[in-house]
Amino acid sequence: MANFYTDNKDLQYHLSHPMMKRIIELKERNFADAADYDYAPQDAEDALDSYKRVLEIVGDVCGEVIAANAESVDHEGPRVVNDHVEYASGTVRNLEALNAAGLGGMTLPRKYNGLNMPVTCFAMANEMVARADAGFENIWGLQDCAETINEFATEDIKERFLPRVSAGETCAMDLTEPDAGSDLGAVMLKATWDEEAGVWRLNGCKRFITNGDGDISLVLARTEEGTKDARGLSMLIYDKRDGGVKVRRIENKLGIKGSPTCELVFNNAPAVLVGDRKMGLIKYVMSLMNAARLGIAAQSTGLSEAAYREALKYAGEREQFGKAIIEFAAVREMLKNMEAKTIASRALLYETARFVDIYKQLTHISHDRSLEAEERQEMKFYNRLADGFTPLAKMFASEYANEVAYDSIQIHGGSGYMKDYACERLYRDARIMNIYEGTTQLQVVAAINHVTKGTYLEQIMRYEENERTEATKAMGEQLVELRKVYEQVVARVESIDKEAAGYKEFHSRRLVEIAGYIIISHIMLRQAAECEADYLNPTKVFVKYAAKKISEAASYINASDASDVELFA
Amino acid sequence: MAKQVPDTRNVGKDAMTPEGTVNRAALPAIFNPEDLNALEMALEMKDRLGEATVHVLTMGPQRAADIIREAMFRGADGGYLLSGREFAGSDTLATSYALSCALRKINPDIIVAGRQAIDGDTAQVGPQVAQKLDMPQVTYAEELVDIKEGEVTIKRRLERGSEVVVAPLPAVITVNSSAKECRPRNAKRVMKFKYALATSELQAADAKAQEFIEARPYLHIVEYAAADVNPDAEQLGLAGSPTKVKKIENVVFQAKEAKRLTAEDKDIEALMQELIASHTIG
Repeated sequence: MANFYTDNKDLQYHLSHPMMKRIIELKERNFADAADYDYAPQDAEDALDSYKRVLEIVGDVCGEVIAANAESVDHEGPRVVNDHVEYASGTVRNLEALNAAGLGGMTLPRKYNGLNMPVTCFAMANEMVARADAGFENIWGLQDCAETINEFATEDIKERFLPRVSAGETCAMDLTEPDAGSDLGAVMLKATWDEEAGVWRLNGCKRFITNGDGDISLVLARTEEGTKDARGLSMLIYDKRDGGVKVRRIENKLGIKGSPTCELVFNNAPAVLVGDRKMGLIKYVMSLMNAARLGIAAQSTGLSEAAYREALKYAGEREQFGKAIIEFAAVREMLKNMEAKTIASRALLYETARFVDIYKQLTHISHDRSLEAEERQEMKFYNRLADGFTPLAKMFASEYANEVAYDSIQIHGGSGYMKDYACERLYRDARIMNIYEGTTQLQVVAAINHVTKGTYLEQIMRYEENERTEATKAMGEQLVELRKVYEQVVARVESIDKEAAGYKEFHSRRLVEIAGYIIISHIMLRQAAECEADYLNPTKVFVKYAAKKISEAASYINASDASDVELFA
Repeated sequence: MAKQVPDTRNVGKDAMTPEGTVNRAALPAIFNPEDLNALEMALEMKDRLGEATVHVLTMGPQRAADIIREAMFRGADGGYLLSGREFAGSDTLATSYALSCALRKINPDIIVAGRQAIDGDTAQVGPQVAQKLDMPQVTYAEELVDIKEGEVTIKRRLERGSEVVVAPLPAVITVNSSAKECRPRNAKRVMKFKYALATSELQAADAKAQEFIEARPYLHIVEYAAADVNPDAEQLGLAGSPTKVKKIENVVFQAKEAKRLTAEDKDIEALMQELIASHTIG
């Protein structure tokens, strides 16, 4: 009778966050749908209640079905049969259960049979699915592609594809090629206009495509013959029903083995264009990637949750020297840090998701009517925060997933190294999370601008205005001191960078991490002020950890000068 | 037909009162597990027929309406709550009598129920209902093979195998836990039906809720009191229940002695004879 929503108070806390009120307002637009749809809410309270009930269903399917299938899916994996993917049998059962529960199109508008739920709730669903089976989350979480179709495609394309996503069809985003990984501007898959048939034709190869044989695929392709960079790329949709794409092979991976990673061959495959030509990478992939990064942050958080729980359970059961190993200080400290990192990942993930929700929803509204000056302001404000927070959330959550999974095995000792416990699968599954959808190093590249332009500092100053309780006051003051350290090292790096080109780049990860630690500490501190019983202890643990990491990075920077650019060249 | 039962699968030490009755307050009330298998089979019949509707009938206190809502979340079109003081203290005979009175009024084409409820484990109510309504019964149903106008084909799970039987309709089917698990709650159905109320709940609700449900008849769970189903009062509740509980005993399994057997035929033969003689098996 496991339910991954009702057994997780931290998730429930985030659903009741005060910002949800504004998100619901924007998402439901005066609750106009209530007149046309019998499942639309009447008011904000009704909407929040529906979200909760839907998340309970997700939690039930995750706890009862998906988690139970995870081990067999890991062993069985998908296969290529007649040029197409055949999922592991457990994967098929997972999809059947989620589709019977009607959980496709979670964020899509009701006119496309969607559930019209916020991105925040979708991230919660993704987190729970990943806790049950991280590899399966890739397949299911890709319904996110529909958001990009909803945002940029014409109405007839939306009507053709979106209801199918709501009915449970799966998606893929076909970006990577053998010579275009992190550098997507080098994509060569060719799209040519077929005048007679009135469709685009795709020819070429894609590699490392998650769920590459999905029903509906977003494909990045070169529509402008003779071009070689990002400006010649467009976004198209390939419909599996039309045929023309073969799965050449499925990669044999370290982890997330249930998720088919495909090499695809396009042979005159028909496709329709999304939005404008030449905007494929510049605009649409950027939007797609931001959503996908939030998805990986959710996946990572779910994995940390699973790895922490496995370790906690084992430490309570395993006895050595006449007592459970949880009684030993060294084990307890590891568990406390794992718990704090999991809560920290979640805190940053949902803070980011809330920012995304507000600006995305205002963007949708702006397509139907012009926004008031105040709304435009609000949209810009949250857009900037979402852009700044998304790489942080992806980077921290995925690095923590790896750390927590690593420690989970450590707590299991020798047994954890055997295939008998789930922690070894979690460890293998976690390893890709700080790599795909942009490595941690690339998240730093996206985030460093927000160090330079002050997005993080401004937000930290806003957090400093939060109300403190007696128990959180001292930590609040400590965070002010740490912010001063941050300002000092940023100033130092920027001034040396003027003389030594590449100096800021050299320290960029350290700077981004310092900002991240302070931001996460502030979000957790706010939680601790609101709900001491649940959050004060893990917040204290995390702030201690953050202070140590910040002092490490700051002393490295302060002991470094321009010559380091040469040293590491 | 479905029953709300105390969850006896996770029994703690406070599960029984000192008087030896079930301590309902200590156990969460749940949808009887095999009734969920039955609901799935009924929904599958609907899926195959297309035009059919599925309604849940339950007898119990007001809060038993919870399982009707639960069934609606999973695919049922609506339900009937049979509720009232007159039904209190019913044994299986009185229960099946009350249910059969309600069923005469509802007049369904097919009745599907779980084999037995986990609080009593009698497996009597389904067959008794069939008897009272003079319908054929198919027990131990595991799989719906086919359903069409006037007949249903069912695979039964028996002790030493399975058999496939065809029954004319109307009929009563009782379903085993080995049948397909019930489908999960459906997101849109939960949002649509979450405010569904039985008549007595509706009367206790505020004016706004009453108005809301009045405008949406699909949210109204039909509630029958005893008088609504024209019963013979003598056959209801305690008066209609010949079963008398004499004594309740806690059975504690204790290993008294251990016996080591070899894998030789004569040892196994001797054990078999001992078990048959003590009526443990056979």
